[in-house]
Amino acid sequence: MTRSTPNIDRSERTFTVVLAISGGFIVLLLIGIMVTLFFNSLPAIREFGAGFFIGKTWNAAAETFGALPFLVGTLVTSFLALLISVPFSLAIALFLGEYYREGAVSGFLRSAVEVLAGIPSVIYGLWGLFLLMPAVRYIEMKLGVAPQGVGILTSSLILAIMIIPFAASIGREVITFVPGDLKEAAYSLGATRFEVVRNIVVPYARSGIIAGILLSLGRAIGETMAVTMLIGNSNFLPTSIFSPANTMASVIANEFAEATGVTSASLIYLALVLFFVTMLVNIAGTWVIQKLTVESSREVT
Amino acid sequence: MINSFLRTVSFTVIALVAVLGIAGHAPAADMELLGAGATFPQPLYSKMFDAYYQQYKVKINYQGIGSGGGINQLIKKTVDFGGTDAFMTEKELKSAGAPVLHVPTCLGAVVLAYNLPGNPKLNFTSDTIAEIFLGTITKWNDPKIAAANPKTALPNLAISPVHRADSSGTTFIFTEYLAKTNDAWKQKIGLGKSVNWPAGSIGQKGNPGVAGYVKQTPGAIGYVELLYAVQNKMPYGNVKNKAGKFIEPSLKSVTAAANIPLPDDTNKSLTNTDAAAGYPISSFTWLIFYKEQNYGVKTRERAEALAKLLMWMVGNGQRYVEPLQYAPLSKEAAEKSVKLIRSMTYNGAPLLK
Amino acid sequence: MHDNVRARLAKDTIFKGIVCLFAFVSLLPLFLILYYITRNGIAVINWEFLTSLPRPTGETGGGVFNAIVGTLVLIVLSGALSIPCGIAAGVYLAEHQAGKLGNAIRLSVVVLQGTPSIVIGIIAYLWIVGPLKTFSAFSGGIALAVMMLPVIVKTTEETLKLVPYHLKEASLALGVPYYRTMLKVVLPSGMSGILTGILLSVARITGETAPLLFTAFGNQFMNVNIFKPIDSLPYRIFYYAMSPYPEWHSFAWGASFILVVLTLSLNLVARGISAKWKIQY
Repeated sequence: MTRSTPNIDRSERTFTVVLAISGGFIVLLLIGIMVTLFFNSLPAIREFGAGFFIGKTWNAAAETFGALPFLVGTLVTSFLALLISVPFSLAIALFLGEYYREGAVSGFLRSAVEVLAGIPSVIYGLWGLFLLMPAVRYIEMKLGVAPQGVGILTSSLILAIMIIPFAASIGREVITFVPGDLKEAAYSLGATRFEVVRNIVVPYARSGIIAGILLSLGRAIGETMAVTMLIGNSNFLPTSIFSPANTMASVIANEFAEATGVTSASLIYLALVLFFVTMLVNIAGTWVIQKLTVESSREVT
Repeated sequence: MINSFLRTVSFTVIALVAVLGIAGHAPAADMELLGAGATFPQPLYSKMFDAYYQQYKVKINYQGIGSGGGINQLIKKTVDFGGTDAFMTEKELKSAGAPVLHVPTCLGAVVLAYNLPGNPKLNFTSDTIAEIFLGTITKWNDPKIAAANPKTALPNLAISPVHRADSSGTTFIFTEYLAKTNDAWKQKIGLGKSVNWPAGSIGQKGNPGVAGYVKQTPGAIGYVELLYAVQNKMPYGNVKNKAGKFIEPSLKSVTAAANIPLPDDTNKSLTNTDAAAGYPISSFTWLIFYKEQNYGVKTRERAEALAKLLMWMVGNGQRYVEPLQYAPLSKEAAEKSVKLIRSMTYNGAPLLK
Repeated sequence: MHDNVRARLAKDTIFKGIVCLFAFVSLLPLFLILYYITRNGIAVINWEFLTSLPRPTGETGGGVFNAIVGTLVLIVLSGALSIPCGIAAGVYLAEHQAGKLGNAIRLSVVVLQGTPSIVIGIIAYLWIVGPLKTFSAFSGGIALAVMMLPVIVKTTEETLKLVPYHLKEASLALGVPYYRTMLKVVLPSGMSGILTGILLSVARITGETAPLLFTAFGNQFMNVNIFKPIDSLPYRIFYYAMSPYPEWHSFAWGASFILVVLTLSLNLVARGISAKWKIQY
């Protein structure tokens, strides 16, 4: 009773203002990032404009910068990684969300997937250097290609392993949400489990699975360390899956410390592109998930 | 209970911030200087700076980010000094805004290290080197390589040339040599700290990155400082010099190449040397810093620590050079370096008395 | 007819087999990674490795003490920078389910969470390293804090949404002011969730290397001054992994072992907290 009301009022106002400022700060932070990237890449945007995206030469000595090799490198490694990882992540999602929801085995599998998600990128890179690289080199020797060990394939493999947990955990959640009565109806008509999975579970969870794939794609596109260590750092368009290449993230990691003037602006331009690509992919993924939760809650009521 | 927990957490956070803040503002008990750049002399620098810390309690933090990075970070004034094996270009000196001095610390050889079964010792001419890195010689048993190595049985193995992915003084030395001796190289690639390498060539970061990759990959060939090949027991080639002799890179053959008069700013290229016993791909490596040390947030104390370090490196510190296979500065080079260091100023007045 | 059923059943069994096979094959890399880290890591971990500084290139011995300390400093620093703001923003979101600012914050959190770490590294370089004219632990801490923020905001919001509304109403009805209700009733009951979020965000940034390349930079000496460059475990692993020296490779494994134990125990503790302290009311 010692406190007077105006005092409380002030604390009250301070409290709400602090909350709003903290929230607003996050928005400002994001805007700040975009503005910083944009203004620091202006020299390169002015110089190369949209031609940046189709230029095939990245030559710091001649100050000609075209990002096509890195765009291609990023897209090829990411999609190849998706292609490799989807069967596995889908299998995990089905295993945990449909076949064995409970029990020691699925508990074990679930923890294992979480551990896989928690291992730092640089350790994946280290492991890739000493296990994946020799393995790929062995394949290259058998095929008679130059046994370089590093390149598109090696990076895609490591990316695939790294993104499995993301698609798997989101996939598991949406598959768990598939209404039991739908499945039971199908069973009562004599469907086998496979038919239920194919005709009920997967179609129903389709958008969630797609969202998981989108989010793991976003992760693959922005991944830096493991890829830098395994891609072979060549600034040319890759000609085969064994070619050395560079992704947007890896070329930034390699060259940013020494870049001046237009080179630096071009790298930041690349960072801006990378930022927007991952932003779109992530917003799309999150939007699909949100739509899904809204839909499923509507069906419940 | 949770309330008290909350309080403990917030208290811990505040206390830790306070401790960090105090640590941040307390006058440093040990002086610490920051340098970055070339990986070519990094093993020597890490030895020197370790010894220097034992003796004078001054920490010198040197990060090998490549010569281009060293020059750039010096110009951006984020480091006290840079390390480079390529003298700064006109353009770089201009963008520095104020005079930058180069002080040589030692000499080294850029060697061709490779990974072949049986670790044979190979001979290279500038033309075979150029063609290997241009991608026109693609197999180890190519007749052009065999011609210089009649006694060695060469395997039918694909060559994987490895270059530096970062902007590098080692690359500059290597490409300068090739541009001086091979016309096709001069036209197609040219010379510089980072050049447009032919497609299919592997890029690795730093001398350690190139050495590490070559060591792991059969058929790979890369260019690294001599010590990296020696320490890792990798074979490295002899290179035919201007006098027509195949020279093994070594302390002796680098010293032979360095036996020439120096200009006052020590800007002297040693590649493709005239010396009959000289290894043709050798070079000085330099530390770079601003002549006028009062800039940015730099205190006089810090500037003096840098000048003293430099004096030590070209003086007493030189005893660490030879054990690590680098070539020490000649008397003339050391004298010119001392002169350069003595010309450092703080607010226009000489820094060292 | 019977053949048809048999074929369908066979398909069913085969499919299930494939699902199980693929699910467990995907664990193979995990086991290999953990096996490599444990086998190569434990071999080099001893008292010297944990408590001494790196030796000059090519000399044997030495350890990663500076990197361990550096990682801890970076964690504390980024935590101190991001936790208060993250929790406050999370509370704001939980209290404002709709509204323009709320939606803008939610969108920003999604975007920030997906922003590649290398981009955040560049930002920290441009914002902090450039103007302060030195690489520093501080700039690295800022970069990592930006990465922690979205995780903390999201978990705080989600946790507080689960706190029953009647709890808040009861407190307000007793005449307790709104801010005291939030601080003393709502936040404490969501504490376990928030703490879990913090630990998960710490686990997320502990192993980050890319944002530190151009910020915290690395330091072969011991340093606790946040305005000077500092070492960290992931940076050291990268540095040692890319080197040609076998001993440094084994050091990279040793440092990886420490790092993995650190992140996994953070995850484990986080799980333990969320299991033990369910939302209380």
